[in-house]
Amino acid sequence: MRRQIIFAAFASSLLAAGACAPQDEAATDSSGGDGGGSCSPADLQTLEADTLTIATDEPAYAPWMVDDDPTSGEGFESAVAYAVAEQLGYSQDQVTWTRVPFNVAIQPGDKPFDFDINQFSISEERQQAVDFSSPYYTVAQALVAIEGNPAADAGSLADLQDLRLGAQVATTSLQILTDVIAPTTEPSVFNSNDDAKLALQNGQIDGLVVDLPTAYFISNVELDGGVLVGQLPGGEGGDEFGLLLAKDSPLTDCVSQAVDALREDGTLDELEQEWLSDVIDAPVLE
Amino acid sequence: MTVGLPGQVGWTPSELELGRRAYRRSRGRRSTLVALISTLAFAALAYFTVTNSPGWPRVQATFFSLEVAKDSFPKILEGLWLNVQVLVVGGFLVLVFGLAIAVLRTLRGPVFAPLRILGTVYVDIFRGVPLIITLYLVGFGFPALGLQGVPTSPFILGTAAIVLTYSAYVAEVFRAGIESVHPSQRAAARSLGLTHRQSMRIVVLPQALRTVTPALLNDFVALQKDVGLISVLGAVDAVRQAQILTGQSFNFTPYVVAGLLFVLLAVPSARLADYVSARARRRQQAGGLL
Repeated sequence: MRRQIIFAAFASSLLAAGACAPQDEAATDSSGGDGGGSCSPADLQTLEADTLTIATDEPAYAPWMVDDDPTSGEGFESAVAYAVAEQLGYSQDQVTWTRVPFNVAIQPGDKPFDFDINQFSISEERQQAVDFSSPYYTVAQALVAIEGNPAADAGSLADLQDLRLGAQVATTSLQILTDVIAPTTEPSVFNSNDDAKLALQNGQIDGLVVDLPTAYFISNVELDGGVLVGQLPGGEGGDEFGLLLAKDSPLTDCVSQAVDALREDGTLDELEQEWLSDVIDAPVLE
Repeated sequence: MTVGLPGQVGWTPSELELGRRAYRRSRGRRSTLVALISTLAFAALAYFTVTNSPGWPRVQATFFSLEVAKDSFPKILEGLWLNVQVLVVGGFLVLVFGLAIAVLRTLRGPVFAPLRILGTVYVDIFRGVPLIITLYLVGFGFPALGLQGVPTSPFILGTAAIVLTYSAYVAEVFRAGIESVHPSQRAAARSLGLTHRQSMRIVVLPQALRTVTPALLNDFVALQKDVGLISVLGAVDAVRQAQILTGQSFNFTPYVVAGLLFVLLAVPSARLADYVSARARRRQQAGGLL
């Protein structure tokens, strides 16, 4: 009798495990009709009613966010986030910010935000796990080095091949580093750009690959004797940043429409000029 | 006049005894059969429930994709080689330093008080500080000093940080072993005219080491997994390689592959630990009354 009970318990726990159906099978039905619906705050299924919850990483750096304060509206991404919110019909007061690490945001699953703005490059692989809006910025990758290091004087990709280079894990920077520069010594891979900057400053690596605006900020503001060596030719037609949303989020269409509208009326170009104009004239390494 | 003993030639078990044996054998066969059938039935039920559950194809594609596993295996194995190198070098140094600290902490005599205190403080600090902090301090902090001759290789710095932390753990294991040797052993050694150093080397340590071998091998298995933490310094080991591959594909199979490789690495250590402690037990209890 006792054995049967245990067996039954096993069997029922297995059935319970089997009942864990994928989340979105039920969710897509309810969100299916929203594509053609209105994009006003009253109709948007946000995390909290009448509030737009936007996420970014902590700390957030210039020129994306000024002084690690996303609520200021200063810095390119902060400005874009508020512009998108305004386009959707949310006032400044209706926007709340939350902090989500980069690597956590791109994993599949539920999200504690309506959208995340954190220099996410749009890629097909990532789109299997999350949604992206239309791109709000197209960016190149660039190499940063310290004055006096051979990497700082590199004039071509070939000059870089024999150096010790690094990048942050799971980024387009790392992909471009391995594919485009193809260094002969295995690249160093760090958990975050902050660790990578330490290693660069310490001379543990000769050069660091990051996206161009970040490279500009790192080399001019953060590092002593930092040099922006140059842009790297993009792998496949440049890297586009998109707002990140949960997979099959009911908001994706509306957010994309808002970004498209901002691009068409020239707002994105204006913001780019305002916050990113300094970085556009870095030389391209071939 | 001798009585026939069981087992002598010519003796055969009685009908009754043969019957009992046959009965026992049949019960044994029955138990095996029942266990076999119930295991098979359970396995079949588990298999069909899991594979027929609505989420299974996605689980399989995300965690157990054979194709991704095949692609990622060589790279992860390459990364694992770094783990093994750190493990071998680090493991050896940990034993040396751990033993030295344990011996310092067990020195007798008032003149050795500073050494004892030093040993105690060292163990308290490095056993208490999280390994990841030690790694950051040693791995990024030392090179930041800009002193001449400080290495920048993540292999050397990472191994140094791991040795610092694990020496503290292992020193305590050794100390427990040294203190578990009965004082009469030490007294007997001294009464034979051995010096402190000799009695330590010839009498105490051999017994202490035997006692703590299972605990040491346990720490060794823990070390096997923690060597992966040096990846925060930029070194590409098995864990980091799996992370890179997962980041490219959003498929978690590389993590599973790396995890399985670590299990494979740990299994021989576990079996060795079992074997060593069984042998020690046999030797220690050989010739005993019980």
